[in-house]
Parts: sequence; C-alpha cells; structure tokens
Amino acid sequence: MTIYIPTPLRAFAAGKDAVEVNAATIAAALDELTQAYPDLRKHLFTNEGKTRAFVNIYLNDEDVRYLPAKEATQVSAGDTLSIIPSIAGGRQTR
Amino acid sequence: MSELRLSRTVYDALRAHGEETYPHECCGALLGRSTPDGWWIEASIRAGNTRTDSAHNRYEISPGELVKIERESRRLVLSIAGFYHSHPDHPAQWSQTDLAEAHWLGCSYVITAVANGKAAATNSFRLAGDTEENKRFEPETIEVRDSAI
Repeated sequence: MTIYIPTPLRAFAAGKDAVEVNAATIAAALDELTQAYPDLRKHLFTNEGKTRAFVNIYLNDEDVRYLPAKEATQVSAGDTLSIIPSIAGGRQTR
Repeated sequence: MSELRLSRTVYDALRAHGEETYPHECCGALLGRSTPDGWWIEASIRAGNTRTDSAHNRYEISPGELVKIERESRRLVLSIAGFYHSHPDHPAQWSQTDLAEAHWLGCSYVITAVANGKAAATNSFRLAGDTEENKRFEPETIEVRDSAI
C-alpha cells in the first residue's frame, strides 16, 4: 500500500512524497514507515507512542481515529494512508 | 530571506477570497514547486473554514478536505506549498494562535489584512525550524509575476 508523505515531513523520508509498504494493518504500515525512516517517528508519535494530537491519519478518505478498529484496522494493497498535519490559526485576540 | 513567487492570478484570487468572506476569515491552500530560493506558487484552492463558531477571528481546514487537496496536488504534479488566510480588520501579521497551530514546516503562510471589506496588505511567512519545539515564522518577500516562470 501507499503512504502519502505531506510536504513538511518529506525531508525526513529522503525527500519522498510517497512510500510503499507491505503491511496487514494501519499500525504495521506506520511501523514499517518509521523503521525505514526513523527521523519521522518523533514527528508522528509522542514518547509514549501515541499519534501526536495535530497529526491526522486517513485510510483512503476515512479518519483512522473514527474507524472501529482504529490503527488495528486491516488494510489491503490498494489502500492508501495519508498523513495530514492540522492547519488552523487566527488573528490575535485581546 | 526566502521569497514566495506567485502568479498574478493566484495573488488576486486569495485576496478576493478574503473580501468575499469578510467579516469572517477565509482560508485555502497554495500549490506549487519548491526552488532553492523559496516556493513558486502555481495554483490555489479555496477551503472551507470549519470554525463556524468563531469565524471572525479563527480558521481551520478539515483534514478530510486536506486529503482531497493533496489528491488534487498530485494530479497537478505539484506540492502543497502553504496556506493562506485573512485577518478581518486586523494586521497581516502572524499571531501566537497562528504559530501554535502551524505544523507545516518549510511551508509558506500567507496572510491578508481585510479592512472594511477591502483587501489591504498581504504578507508571507515561512514556517522555519525542523521540530515543533523550534518552529518559528520568518518573513519572506512576495514577488507577483504576471506570467508563468
């Protein structure tokens, strides 16, 4: 399956915008990704191994955090994972 | 200092978006190519502001919409180079909220001040640093080109 790497993380994945992995679950796919590119780990996960709050992981068009099995969801070769850092902001308030 | 290069079409579009959504903040994505001096922006995509509870001073793009924007960027063989949003009746300067919520390291954040419904200054800031802990906004110059590079 394909894992799409967002612009800010490509420098930690040898410049790649997509990485192919061969895994059975979402968790295994992300583990394979960070095994291949260890510098990605701290950008994706906390020291406790949880996904960082501002990192969104999508399986195809579905947010993984809302899937019944979450990261234990099984995946197939034709699936894609997208790593999407949050984007938000706003003007200064008094 | 890095430089953000935009076509006139993209520049005018992001400013017009801020005027249309006034007095609320607009937001959208910038698609382009990376060069040694900074991003060259070839397209922009409007996005919905999910902060309907406080749209006059907050914006957020849903991750689900970003997945679709990324898919479009791949179709165009471009990268998401940054994002734009507007500050209604407020300077085109980044806020502590903007910095706290910025996570696209190496990308450009473009802010347009919209005063009384009219686009005023547009400024760009590159999110420098390589971690959440050392990220910072650095101003960058904007060059508007009337034709493609």
